[in-house]
Formats: sequence, structure tokens, C-alpha cells
Amino acid sequence: MNRGQTLFTKRANWAVPYVVFLAIFVLIPIILIVIYAFADADDKFTLANFRKFMLHPEAVNTFVYSVGIAITTTLACILLGYPAAYILSRNSFAASRATVLLFILPMWINILIRTLATVALFDFLNVPLGEGALVFGMVYNFLPFMIYPIYNTLRKMDYSLVEAARDLGANPASVFARVVLPLSMPGVASGIMMVFMPTISTFAIAELLTMNNIKLFGTTIQENINNGMWNYGAALSLIMLLLIGVTGLISSDSGNGKEGGIL
Amino acid sequence: MNRKQAATFLGKAYLWVLLLMLYSPILIIMVFSFTEAKVLGNWTGFSTKLYASLFSGDMHRSLTNAIWNSLVIALGAATVSTGLGSLAAIGLFNMRPRARQTVRFINTIPILNPDIITGVSLFLLFVSLGISQGYTTVVLAHITFCTPYVVLSVLPRLRQMNPNLYEAALDLGATPFQALRKVIIPEIRPGVISGFILAFTLSVDDFAVTVFTIGNEGIETLSTYIYADARKGGLTPELRPLSTIIFATVLLLLIIVNIRSARTGKKRQDG
Repeated sequence: MNRGQTLFTKRANWAVPYVVFLAIFVLIPIILIVIYAFADADDKFTLANFRKFMLHPEAVNTFVYSVGIAITTTLACILLGYPAAYILSRNSFAASRATVLLFILPMWINILIRTLATVALFDFLNVPLGEGALVFGMVYNFLPFMIYPIYNTLRKMDYSLVEAARDLGANPASVFARVVLPLSMPGVASGIMMVFMPTISTFAIAELLTMNNIKLFGTTIQENINNGMWNYGAALSLIMLLLIGVTGLISSDSGNGKEGGIL
Repeated sequence: MNRKQAATFLGKAYLWVLLLMLYSPILIIMVFSFTEAKVLGNWTGFSTKLYASLFSGDMHRSLTNAIWNSLVIALGAATVSTGLGSLAAIGLFNMRPRARQTVRFINTIPILNPDIITGVSLFLLFVSLGISQGYTTVVLAHITFCTPYVVLSVLPRLRQMNPNLYEAALDLGATPFQALRKVIIPEIRPGVISGFILAFTLSVDDFAVTVFTIGNEGIETLSTYIYADARKGGLTPELRPLSTIIFATVLLLLIIVNIRSARTGKKRQDG
């Protein structure tokens, strides 16, 4: 009785079910990706999956192309989203809470519906579905994820620093470049994570936006898993995981990662 | 002064242009959900026929089924994640710093992982355990990516709570279960509720993880249904009224939530 009670009373133990759950559904599955990636169909150790990737120009090209599309989309989102976040965060523009809400509202609508709506718009305007449509569609889809974290950090920024810089004689351009921009970097960093990661890993979205003409890396992974090529699919997933790990490290270096906050 | 006014005007104009860009796809869908034409962009007069056929046509059965599946899965996943995550948050809060940091780190993995990686990794887990995929696996997968958000929304509430309250309840003779129910839960309730809502929306919205864990027994959620449908031939006309309804619902919910939080915010300021 006593033992049972301390086991239960000790509140630290209340996390035990979740810790077990995390081990089974988060840690083991990731280890499984690694194991499958380095195994052949008979569960023997091999590097063949990675060799196959390297020797397969189509797979490598898709990979490089996807990285290119993801970088383009992310840059476009920064260029379009930063000014918007800045304007929204300044009181002088008197942007209401409702306007801010309008910018984050699309985040709550199913991504497939958003994508199909974009396809419908391009159809309506007679825009050909291709690379341009792909990047535009991705920007449509992910722009709110760039605006929101930047807006959040700019909102929390200590505005007296800007006033101080002004009082000390800095012109508007250098106030922005040397005070506002550096202070908003954490938001930009988490915006990059929130835009780059989904763009590099989407599947389905690219197919829908280009009528199956352009394939991104995510689609390659999905196709291989669907066709029973689990080991090769796992190897491709591991490659993507590494790329994302590197991006994460770089962007958390330039500003402290999560601070901007996910909604 | 005039320059400032011009800047304000330009800034506002920029916001509106951007908003117009963001919303034009949705607006077009909404407008053309009120006409019969099969091809989007043809206006053949006002009609609610698409709405009618959404609820009675050939699509009716499979679509309602998919919506129902999405809701049941989301309800199940959100309920379990909320329980599991809230308990975990209380546990985490009382752990030693090093253990807490480790668990918190693992807790962020599903948040940071792209959906496709979560999907593939869970797919591999289920195949190597020989579990056939269906409802159960989808719900388990959704619990996996929803619970971390519940933990993160409950933890701040615990930090704001007076740590002595729980001990006081125990000293006054409450059992740990009673203390949990009467002391801790009321304190963390707002965090638990927003965790539940977040988990529910994430689950309803999910596509990538679902595709990998739903198996091929023919179970469809709304997302996989739309995907399969879109692959067959673009946007089926009936999806226009459906998107319109979903958009209106989300808009309404967000407005309600925001009015509520604005009100409680005011109350807190007043009190």
C-alpha cells in the first residue's frame, strides 16, 4: 500500500506513460529509419541504398531541384512577409488585431483545399501550371508561417532601443539595419524553419500544382514507400532528415530557434 | 508630416494587396460555389445546386463517411493526447532538471520533424511489428504528433501555479487523485482546453502522416478523400461548396475564440 502510494504520489512519475509512449512512437521509429536505410531486403547491412541514390541521376536531380524550390520559396516568403510583419507590428499603422488574424487565418485551412483553390485560381486566370505556379502556390501556402513568427518577435522588441538609436543620430536605414533587423532575427530563423521544412518535404502539393509534371523529393519518398521499396525509401528519408537537421542548426545559430513561437 | 502619412498609406496598401493575394483563391472558390457550371470560371447564374448535391448526390455517401472518419479520429486522438499530455506536463514539471530537459527535447522531435518523416517512421514501426494498418494506427499516429503540443500548452500554466497548493491539499487529507482533480486540474484547465483544440485541429488537418498510416482497407479521411479525388481530375465541383463551408466554420470558430480571449483578457485587466 505504502509503496504503491509513493509511486503514485510522486508526481514526476506521472510522466512515465508518456515517456514510454515517446520511446515507442518517436525514438524507435526514427531508429527504424536508420536501420532500414542501411539494410537490404534480407535485413543484411548494406550501403546499396545510398549508392543507388548517388548513381541515380534522376533521384539526385529531384533532390537538388527540391532544395532549389524550397530556397526560392523561403526567400520569396521573407521578401514578401518581412515588410508585412513589420507594418503589422508598428502601432503607427494602426493595424487592428483583426488584420493580424486575417493573415494567420489561412494557416487553419486544410493545405490540400488551399492548394486546390490556388490551382483553381491559376485555371481561372489562364496561368499555365508549371514551375512558376509551383513556387507561387508554395508561397501562397506558407507565407503566413513566415509572417507570424517575425510579427511576434517584432511585437516583443523593445522599441526604446530604436528611439535611442534615432536620438544618437542614426538615419532610418541604419536604425533598421543595425537595430530592428538583428533583433528580429530569431523570428526570421523560426520563419525559415517553418517555411523551408514543409516546402522541402511536401508531396501531393507539387503534383497538384503542376498537373504531375514536376516531382519533388517528398513525392519520390512517398512513391518508393508505396511501391514496397522500404529500404530505399528509408534511406531517402534519412537524407532528408539530415538536410533538415543541418538547416535547423544553421537557423538556430542565427537566432535562438523556437523563440518566435509556433501558433 | 506628409511624408509620414504617405508611408502609412503605402504600408496599409501593401497589407491589403498581400491579403488580396492570399485570399483570392479562396474567394474565387466561394463565389463559384454558387453556380452550377462544372468548369470553374464559368458563371451560369446563381444556384445552390452544388450545395444540394454535396448533401444528396453520388458524392454524398463517401464524402460524409470521410468527414465522419476525420471527426472520429480527431476526437479520439485529441482526447487521448490531452490526457496523456496533461499528465506528462505535471510529471515533467516535477522532474529533476536533467531528466526534464531530456524528455522536453524528445517531446519537440515530433513538432520539428516534417510530416513525411513522422509518417515514414511510423509506417516502418507498424510494418516491423506486423500491425495491420487502419483506424487504430491512424489514431496512434495522430496522438504521436498531437501530444507534444498539449504538453507545451499545459506547462506554462503549471509554472504560474502556486506550488504549495498541492502539498496543502495532501496535508489536509486529500488523496493524490483528489488533489489532482480538485487542485491541479482547475489551475491548468485553460491550457488543457487550448491543448485539446490544437490537437483536434491538427488531427483534422493532417494529410501526410495519415496517408502513411491509414493502410489500404479503404478507410478515408477528408484529406485523403480530397487527395484521391483531386488526382482523378482536378477540383470536383462539389468540393467548392465544401471548402466554402469549412472556411466559414473556421472563420466563425476563430472569431468566437478571439472574442472570448479578448473578453477574459479584459476581465483580467479589470480585476
